[in-house]
Order: sequence, then C-alpha cells, then structure tokens
Amino acid sequence: MTSPVETVETVETPTLLSVRNVVKHFPIRSKGLIRRQIGAVQAVSDVSFDLAEGETLGLVGESGCGKSTTARVVLNLIPATSGEVLYRGRDLTALSRSDMRGLRRELQIVFQDPYASLDPRLPVNEIIAEPLRIHGRYADGGRDTVRTLMQTVGLKPEHGNRYAHEFSGGQRQRIGIARALALRPKLLVLDEPVSALDVSIQAGVLNLLDELQAELGLSYLFVSHDLSVVRHIADRIAVMYLGQIVEIGTSEELFTAPAHPYTQALISAIPLPDPRKERARERITVVGDLPSPADPPSGCRFRTRCPKFANELTAEQQTRCVEQPPELVDRGDGHPVSCHYAESRALL
Amino acid sequence: MTEQIDLSPSRRRGTKGDVVLEVAGLDVSFPSGDGPVRAVRGVDYTLRRGEVLGIVGESGSGKSVTSMAVMRLLPNTARVSGEIRFDGRNLLDLSEAEMTRVRGSKIAMIFQDPMTSLNPVYTIGAQIAEAVRAHHDVSKAAAMDRAVELLDKVRIPNAKDRAGSYPHELSGGMRQRVVIAIAMANDPDVIIADEPTTALDVTVQAQIMDALKAAQDETGAAMVLITHDLGVIAGQADRVMVMYAGKLVEVGSAEDIFYTPRMPYTLGLLGSLPRLDRRSARLTPIPGSPPSVVNMPPGCPFGPRCPKHTEICDETEPELRPTTGPAHLAACHHAETLVGAAADDVFETEVADAEALHQLAEETP
Repeated sequence: MTSPVETVETVETPTLLSVRNVVKHFPIRSKGLIRRQIGAVQAVSDVSFDLAEGETLGLVGESGCGKSTTARVVLNLIPATSGEVLYRGRDLTALSRSDMRGLRRELQIVFQDPYASLDPRLPVNEIIAEPLRIHGRYADGGRDTVRTLMQTVGLKPEHGNRYAHEFSGGQRQRIGIARALALRPKLLVLDEPVSALDVSIQAGVLNLLDELQAELGLSYLFVSHDLSVVRHIADRIAVMYLGQIVEIGTSEELFTAPAHPYTQALISAIPLPDPRKERARERITVVGDLPSPADPPSGCRFRTRCPKFANELTAEQQTRCVEQPPELVDRGDGHPVSCHYAESRALL
Repeated sequence: MTEQIDLSPSRRRGTKGDVVLEVAGLDVSFPSGDGPVRAVRGVDYTLRRGEVLGIVGESGSGKSVTSMAVMRLLPNTARVSGEIRFDGRNLLDLSEAEMTRVRGSKIAMIFQDPMTSLNPVYTIGAQIAEAVRAHHDVSKAAAMDRAVELLDKVRIPNAKDRAGSYPHELSGGMRQRVVIAIAMANDPDVIIADEPTTALDVTVQAQIMDALKAAQDETGAAMVLITHDLGVIAGQADRVMVMYAGKLVEVGSAEDIFYTPRMPYTLGLLGSLPRLDRRSARLTPIPGSPPSVVNMPPGCPFGPRCPKHTEICDETEPELRPTTGPAHLAACHHAETLVGAAADDVFETEVADAEALHQLAEETP
C-alpha cells in the first residue's frame, strides 16, 4: 500500500517526462546485395513510465534488457519505432530536428565511459564550453560559467587548459557532468555513469549527483545494472527484462517487498558486503541465460528462466504464463508488477 | 570403459588445515623509463587446504600481479623476488619445464574473461580433454569421458552434446563454467580465481559462484579469490587481505575486515559502497587517487588521502601489526583511533563546492 505521504508527494510535483508505449525494433537484415529484413531485435517493447520534476527514476536490468536503448529513445537520439515521449506535454518523437535542437538544452546525457565520451583534442574548458557555444551562450559570460561549473563538480578551474587524458576516471566523469550541466538542463539522463569507476571514486560521483539534484532541482533518469547504486540514488525504480518493465515502484517498495520473480532473483543474486547477513541469506536462483530478443518467448518473457514457473506453479497455471502476456498492473502488492502470480517477499 | 582416471579425493595427501602454499616477502617490479614500477611489495601469506582466501583492492593495487607471480605467468621483464613455497619447493627456483608440471595440475587459475582463456577453434570437450591429458597418461577417449563428467559437475545441461560445442556457441556464463571445469580437471591443490564473475551479469554471477564453490568442495583445494567486489568476498572468503599500492594493508577474517576494520582505507572502502540492504544516507568517497608506484615517497602510501594522517605517516611506512587479535593485522600508525568509528565519522561526505554550486543555482533560469 502506498502511504498517504507519498500520495501527496506525487500529486504535488508535476510530471516532467511521460513515456508512453515506446517500442524500438532494430531490423535484422539478410546478407548479400538486397539485404531484406528478415527479423527484428525487439530491444524495447511497450515501455511506459513517468518522471516527476526533481525526481530520480532508476532503470535497472542486466545487459540486453533494453535500458540504454530506452534512455536513448527518451532523448530522441534514436527514433522510436512507435509510442510517445512527452516532455512537458510535447511529444519529442514528433518534433522537427530544429525544434528538437532547441529542446536539447533541457535534456542532457552523461555517458558510461569517461574515456570515450570526451574529445581527446580539446582542453577541458573547451569541452565544457562546447554546448554553450553551440547554443550561442558562450559570448555572454561563458568563461565564468565554465569556471563555476568546474568548481561545482570539484575540479580546479586552473586545470582547465589540461586535456582529458591528464585526468583520472573519476575526474573525467565529473568533466562529463559539468558539460551536461553547462546549459542548465532540467533532465539529466545518466547512462551507467559510475560503472567504469572504482568504488571509492564511484561514491564521490554519486554524492556529487545527490548534491547537484538537491540544489539545482534536476530530474534524473538513472540507467544502471547495479541495484545497490540504484537503491542509493533513486526515488523510484523500474526493473527491465528483455525489453519490458516487469516491476515499477518506489525504491522502498521494490527492496522491502519485491513481487516479480525476476526482481526477487536479481535482489537475491547480489552479494551483500556483510559476512553474517550474506551467509545466512536465502537465494532465489535463476537458471539458464537470456533468450534472444529477436525471438522472445511467448506469453511471459521471463517464464523460461522463472524459478516460480519451474518450481511452484501447476501445469494449468503454467499454461497461462505461456499463452497470456502478463500486464504491468498493481495486483495488490502496492505497485505495478507484470506477473500473473506476483507475490511480494521480504528478501533483505 | 576399462581405463579409469583416479582422481578421487581418497588419493589426496594431507587434510584440511594443512598449509599448501606459503608466500614470503614477495616483491614484483617492472622496469620502466621512469624507474622500476613496484607493483607488489613484501607480500606474505599462507594458504591452508580447504580455505578461501580473498584478496581485495582497487585497480592497480597489485592483487592480480601477486597471483600471476605465484603462477609464474608474468612477462620475462618482471623482477620477482621472495619465496613461494609449494609442496616443499620454492616455485621461483623451478625450471620452466618443472613449473609446467605444477601449473594446471597442482595450481589452477581461472581468469576474468572466459572468451580469451578458451581457444576459439577447438570444441570445449577437446579443450578439457587436453588439460586432462597434459598431466595424465590416458587415452583420448578416457580423457573425453572425464571432460563430459566435468562439464556435468559444473552443471552444464546435456554435457555429452555440449562437449562438441565451440566457445562462441556458449553464453558468457557457460564459458566460465567450462573454464572452471578445466581448472578442476587435474584435481588441483590450489585454485586461483582472478575476478571470475566480473564480466558477467548478476544472476549469472551467482550461478558461477555456486559452480566455483562446488569445484572447491569436489577437489578439496584451497582457493585464492581475487575480486574488487566486497559482496563476493563477504559471502565466500574465510580470510581477507586488503591490498593498496602493492602492499597488504589489512589482513584478517571476513568478520574482522567487515565489522572492525583497523585501516582507514578499508573503512573508507566499506563506507563508499552503496548498500542493497539499507538506504545509506551518505557515502564516504576517498579523496584523491592511489599513488603512482614508480618512485614512491617514504611513509604510508595511503597517507596523502587519509583523514587520520599525521607527521609520522610521512616519515615511516607502517608495518602490518596485530590489532583486535593476533590474526587481524593492519598497517596503520593510528589503527587504535578507528575503534568504534563509522566511515562517515572519519571521512568527509561533501563533494561539490558549495559556494560554486550555490552560484550556479542562482544563475539557473
């Protein structure tokens, strides 16, 4: 059940981003001259979620679940096959290139690999100034803005003439964040922003993101494979599996009462850095590997690996999983879950 | 089948608790233009039959180099000194031919990336059989039978059919199981696993840890588990060694390390981990970055990043010394000051420059 406090919160904060039934298929083509389309990788299949102003939504899942593709579709960096992405009521998928360009100021992205996402031939202050120049804002106090940005993310402005390779991984990621902040965006898409960093460095970037959000009122769409990181930073979390959201709820709901067998397996697979707790834990193990997104299983996409399907359900119940895709709705667990037999469990 | 390979645990010498590997004063350095890179400095440890010894540390801490030195797999340019006692001999004194007989048979290694440790042009069955035949004089057919049996033990479904698959036909998790099967093939005394689950998704990670545990139980081997994942260490390791800048900075049981760390680096590392089981208010990043291991200044290598830093830390490098008990060692002059301290009592949590951030907020339209 949602507590009254949370209900009030969701009413008060207006929705910034609304993703509706987004589908993204990548064509698979035959070899040779004609290259007929012979199939499609269903990277994202009917994904919907909302993001409120000042909120952090975590998008989690394992490799190949479509979380990064979803993030890129949200920013219109790759066109959606169908569906709508409403940013403050305007559908980004229907915008012209020039209209989109104007809006890009408000929607920025920070990439995973701080080694690949910074131009090696530009000094850092030019990297951070680039978005300002592109949007014609550099002439008016741009130099000072760059200094402030560098200081904000914890870099020394006097290092602005250095090149990206002269900085450590954590510092580079801060440069990426400063660049993303240059145009004062409202929404920051963070695509695995700390995955390439050692934990002691990762913590600095996470704290920085927290502080920036508190002061600047940013909204984050935080894509990650790391549930611990997402629990730390996100207000709400959507768990993805094979192109679909299987469970979505507040951070608290998802970790105290996960109801989808996949979420449960995911939580139980992550080792806790606490020897006594870790050794006493009950494990829910998933068997096998991810099916091909070009040919997902019928009905529920998780059923081929689902421990519940394999061990608990009767043949009759299983038929339902095979034939009928479960909808993402609240089945009495307090938050939407796409499992016919959803049942919340305490795992931590 | 008349031919049998006797690898039953009954043939083993020794029992659980016997020392199988002893490393003393291990130093590894690589020459470079700027002077020697001292990747490992004075590492000592003993490994006992049946135990899991975890080595943790961040990139560049020397945790992998330590184990590569034990396997004698470092490039020829590496200067290795100290002693690696195994089976009554110093491995550093063995000829290459003698070492080849130890490697894979007595000490097996599992690497992070299963794609690069398997040969893409041979079937997995053939690769496991090759490992068996390298150390046992048996027929190809018997070796292949053993391969199928091993694949079954690491829980590869339809092992008999799968033995005919090539590595590219398997998923990352399956490949890592094959690598584990190869490591088990000759019933080793020591298995060294270097980041065995790092390249894999979490649900697959859990499966591989189970397979690894099964392999250890089956062979009764001691395991050295190298990882940056403190969760894996908490779940698997009996004893833990924390490495920083090529040195052991803290050694103890898993409980010692996780519940009563006595080296500020360990405390900071634990405090910087976001937790799945609770919402941690603030993480404690460790400021700065690890020192360059070329021309290291005197004193504690963690000193420049350490909030407990005092003058003595710049002058003398602290040695490992007993703290909460005789088996819990920490290399810190100020280990006692950490009694009862939480990570956020010791480390700063604020990262952003508050003034600049405020200015930025004011200018934001």
